[in-house]
Amino acid sequence: MQVVIFTRITPDTAAKVEVGADGNVTWGDAAGVVNPWDEYALEEGILQAKAGGGKAVVVAIGPEMHNEALKHSLAMGLDQAIRVWDAALEGSDSLAYATAAAAAVQKIGDVDLVIFGRESIDVGSDQHNYQTARKLGWPMLSYVSKILEVDYAAKTIKVERMVEQGKQVVTSQLPAVISVLKDINEPRYPSFIGIRKASKAVIPEWSLTDLGVEAPAPQTSLVQFMNLPVREGEAEMIEGTPEEQAAKLVDRLLEEKVL
Amino acid sequence: MSAVFVWIETFKGAANPTSWEALGAGRVVADKLGVPLTALVFGENAGGVAATAATYGADKAVVCEDATLATYRLEPYAALLAKLVAEHAPKAVLAIGTTSGRELLAAAAADTNSGLLTEATTLEVGDDGAIKVVRPVFAGKILAEAVGSPAGTQFVALRGRAFKPNAVNAGATAEVTTVDAVLAEDAIPTRIESFEAEVGAVNLTDAAIIVSAGRGIANNPKDAPGDAGDPAIWKAQDGFANTIQPLADVLGAAVGASRAAVDAGFIPYAHQVGQTGKVVAPDLYIACAISGAIQHLAGMRTSKIIVAINKDGEAPIFKLARYGLVGDLYQIVPALTAELKKRLGK
Repeated sequence: MQVVIFTRITPDTAAKVEVGADGNVTWGDAAGVVNPWDEYALEEGILQAKAGGGKAVVVAIGPEMHNEALKHSLAMGLDQAIRVWDAALEGSDSLAYATAAAAAVQKIGDVDLVIFGRESIDVGSDQHNYQTARKLGWPMLSYVSKILEVDYAAKTIKVERMVEQGKQVVTSQLPAVISVLKDINEPRYPSFIGIRKASKAVIPEWSLTDLGVEAPAPQTSLVQFMNLPVREGEAEMIEGTPEEQAAKLVDRLLEEKVL
Repeated sequence: MSAVFVWIETFKGAANPTSWEALGAGRVVADKLGVPLTALVFGENAGGVAATAATYGADKAVVCEDATLATYRLEPYAALLAKLVAEHAPKAVLAIGTTSGRELLAAAAADTNSGLLTEATTLEVGDDGAIKVVRPVFAGKILAEAVGSPAGTQFVALRGRAFKPNAVNAGATAEVTTVDAVLAEDAIPTRIESFEAEVGAVNLTDAAIIVSAGRGIANNPKDAPGDAGDPAIWKAQDGFANTIQPLADVLGAAVGASRAAVDAGFIPYAHQVGQTGKVVAPDLYIACAISGAIQHLAGMRTSKIIVAINKDGEAPIFKLARYGLVGDLYQIVPALTAELKKRLGK
C-alpha cells in the first residue's frame, strides 16, 4: 500500500503580501514555507504509511520553487517525492490541478489513501482537494480531525470529521481522499540527518505526457489581484475612565446600528 | 430549463438560514440573465423547505426526498447535483461555501468539467453572461477578481454573510419538480455512524458579533487557587468564562480567540480566528488584549466595525480599528457589559 500526500510552497504566514505596481503578488524577501495546513497532512502520511506497512509519497504540482516543500517533506521522513509540472498547467484552474493530481496518484499506483491539508493559504483554496477525489472516483472525507480506525487489508477507514454543527463519525471504503485539520496530530520537525539527506535528493519531475493526460481548458480566469482598501488611520480613540469609555463606545455602536 | 440553480443547505429538515443569502445573490444573476431562479432542496422535509425558499424569491424548486439523502453526504448529493446540471445545463449554480457547500459545488463542477469560483464576497454579471467575483486570497491579505466562462455552467461558492437575502414575500409559491436520487445506498461508499452536536457550538463564521481575546487574557487580577495547576491557564480560562462570555452573552455574540491564546491552552482551537483558524467577517468585532499579529488581522480585517481594547496604545490592532480603547480589558469589559445591559434593557 502507498499513501500520497499533496503539498506546495506558500508565503510564510507572517509575510506581508501585497500587489505590486506590475499587478503581480509579492511577499518581499519573506521565506516560502510548506503550506501550514500541509504539515498535518505530511505527518499523517508518515503515520499511516507506517501503520499500513507501505510508503508515503509526497507530490507537489507546480514550478521548481515547490521543490522546497518536497525537500522539507523528505527531511520530515517521507519516503519519496515527485514534482508534477508542465507548461500547459501555467495559468490553469483547479480542474487541471485535479486532473494532474489524479493521474499522478494512478501512476504511483497501489495507493489506498490520499491526504491533503485543509486548504492552501495562497490562491488555491480547497476546491482542488475535492476535485481530485472526483477525478479519481474515490470517496472524499474532508475536515478529518481524527482517524479512529483503518484496516488496509479490509480497505476500510473510520474517521471523525468536524463540520459546522458538530462532530461526525464516518466510515468509508478505501481507497479514499481525506483532508485533515490541525487537531489531528503534532507535526514533527525535520531531523538534522533528514535535512542532510533531503538536500541531496534528486526530485523527479513528471510532465502531463508522463501522466498520459491533457490539461482541460480553464473555465475560470483571474482578472487581477487587488490590495485591500486602506483602513489605517480611521480609528477614533475613546478616552476616559473605564465607565466613560464604555458609555461612549455604546453610544457609537448604537449610532452605527451594529447592536 | 435554462436557469440559475441555488442549493439550499439543510440540517435535520431545516434550511441553513445563510442559504437565503444565496437566493439573494441568485436573484441578481437570474434577473440579469433573464432566466428563472431554481432552489434545489435534497433530503428530509425537502418539500417544506422548498415552500419556504419560494418566499425568499425562488421561482421554481427541484426537490428530492430520499432516505439516502436524509443527512448530507458528498457522494449521493454530488451525484444528484451533477446529473441535474448535465440534464438541464443551468447558467449558474450557487451555494454558500460552508464545509458542505464548498465540497459539493467543487465535486459537481469537477464531474461536469465546469468552472468554479469560490469564496465570492461580491458578484456581478457581465453583458456576455460571465460571472465576475471578488474573493480574498493569501488568507485575506489581498483580493483577487476572477471571472467564469459563460459558455458553460458557472459554479459559484459564496462567502456567508456577504450577500443579503431577498425580502420575504409570504404569499409566493414555486413550481416544484420532484426527482429521484441517483445513488442507491449500496452504491454509496460512506456511512455516517454517529453525530455529536457540539456543546456550546462555536459558529464563528455565522456570527454577527464576535468578542475575541488574546494572550493578555491571562493578566487576570484574580488569584488562581492553590490547586489550579498552571495559574496562567486558570486565570485565562476564568477570564474567558467570567469576563468575555458575559459580554458575548449580552451582545448575542460568539467568542473568538487569537492563535496565541489557543496555543497557550487558554481556549480550544475551534475559537481561533486568523490565518490558520476561522476567517470571519462579522458586523462587529471586539478584540480584547489582541495585539494584532498579521495572521490574526488576516482572519478578521473585513469585519464591518472593529473595536480594539488593549493596554498598549501602539498595538497594531489600533491601525485597523474603527474605535480604540486603551486600557485593561479587566476594567473596560465589565464596564462595557454593565453599560450594554442598561442600554439594551437586558
